[in-house]
Amino acid sequence: MARFLGFLTILAVGAVLVYGGMGLPAFGDPNAPAAVHVSDQYLEHGYHDTHTPNIVTVMIADYRSFDTLGETIVVFTAGLACFLLLRAERRREEEDAE
Amino acid sequence: MIRPKDSIIVEVVARFMVPFIQIFAFYVIFHGHYSPGGGFQGGALLAGSVLLQRVVFGKRGSQSGFATRFGIPFGVIGILIYAGTGFLAQAGGGNFLQYDHLPFGLSPVYLRNVGILLVEIGVAFAVMGTLISIYDDLVGLKKRGEGESMHSAGPERGRDAG
Amino acid sequence: MLADKWPYFATVLMLLIGLYGMVVKRNLVKKLIGMNIFQSAIILFFIVYAWKDAGTVPVHDAALGDDPSRYINPIPHGLMLTAIVVSVATTGVALALLSLIYKRFGTLEEDELLRELRTDRERG
Repeated sequence: MARFLGFLTILAVGAVLVYGGMGLPAFGDPNAPAAVHVSDQYLEHGYHDTHTPNIVTVMIADYRSFDTLGETIVVFTAGLACFLLLRAERRREEEDAE
Repeated sequence: MIRPKDSIIVEVVARFMVPFIQIFAFYVIFHGHYSPGGGFQGGALLAGSVLLQRVVFGKRGSQSGFATRFGIPFGVIGILIYAGTGFLAQAGGGNFLQYDHLPFGLSPVYLRNVGILLVEIGVAFAVMGTLISIYDDLVGLKKRGEGESMHSAGPERGRDAG
Repeated sequence: MLADKWPYFATVLMLLIGLYGMVVKRNLVKKLIGMNIFQSAIILFFIVYAWKDAGTVPVHDAALGDDPSRYINPIPHGLMLTAIVVSVATTGVALALLSLIYKRFGTLEEDELLRELRTDRERG
C-alpha cells in the first residue's frame, strides 16, 4: 500500500513537471527571457572591464563574487559539521577508554 | 582494499602520479582566466591527489603527505584569503570586494584581473581542505579488532525494497 | 510542440528516477543515492537551459567580438559550479549521519529503524 502511494506520488510529480515544461521556451532559443537581459551585459562588457577572456569566471568571481563567498562558507560549514559529528565523538570515546 | 604490501606496481605508480596531478591542478586554477576551470575544479583536483595517497598507502602511511589535522585549518585559510581580498579592497577606499581599489598600483582593469586570481586561490584552498577533512572523518570510524566493524553486520538482511 | 523541447523532458525523466529512489526504496543508502541522482538532474536542467543556437563556449574570442548572440548564456554555468561542490559536501555530511545511525542501531533499513525508535520512545 505504501509502495502504491509512492508510485502514485511519482506519477503525479511527473505529470506536473511535464505540464509545466510545456511552457518553457524552445531548446536553444536565443530570445529566451533568461538569455537576454543581464547575461547580454556580462557578455558585452565582461572582457573590457576585466581583461579576462573566461566570462564564467568573471561572472562568479567579479560581478557576483559576494555569492561565491557565501557558497565557499557553505562548503566549509558542511565540512565542519562532518568534523563535529564524527571526529569529536571519536576523541571523546578515546578519552573515556583511558 | 589494496594494502601497500600487496602490489608494488600500485605503490610505484601512485607515488609517480601525485606530483603530476598537483601540477595539473595548479594549471587548472591559474588558467581559469583563459579556459574553463577556476578555483572549484582546481581545489577538487588537489584534494584528489591527497586522497590517492590515502587510498594507496593507508591513513597512517600518508600523514607525511598531508596530515589529517591540517584539513580544517586549510579551509579556514582559504576563506580568510577570500575575505581578506575584500577587506583589502575596502582599505584601498572602495566597497567590500571592489577590486578596482586594491592598493597594488596597477590600472583598474588589471587590478580586477589580479583580484579574480586571488579570490580563486582562496576558493581552491577552501575546497581542498574541506574535501580532505570529510574523507578523513568518514574513514577510520572504528578501530579494527575492536569486535564489531562495518563489514561484520551479522546475518544478511536479504530484504530488498526494490 | 513537445518535440522541440525534448532535452528538458529527458531531464525530467532523470529527476523521476531519483525521486523513485528516494521514495520507494527502504534502505537509507539507496535513498541517499536517489538524492544524488535528483541533484544531478537539476544541474543538468540548468546546463541544458543555457544553450543558444549557433553559440559557442563563453570565452571571449577576438574573431567573434562582443556579439552576445554568438556565445552561450554563462549565468547557469556559474550557478551550477558551486552547486556541484555543495552536493559533494552535503553527501559527505549525510554519510557521516548514516555512520552514526549504524553505530547506534546496527541497521540501515528504514522499517527496522522505525521499530527501534518506537520501542525506545515507549520505554521512555
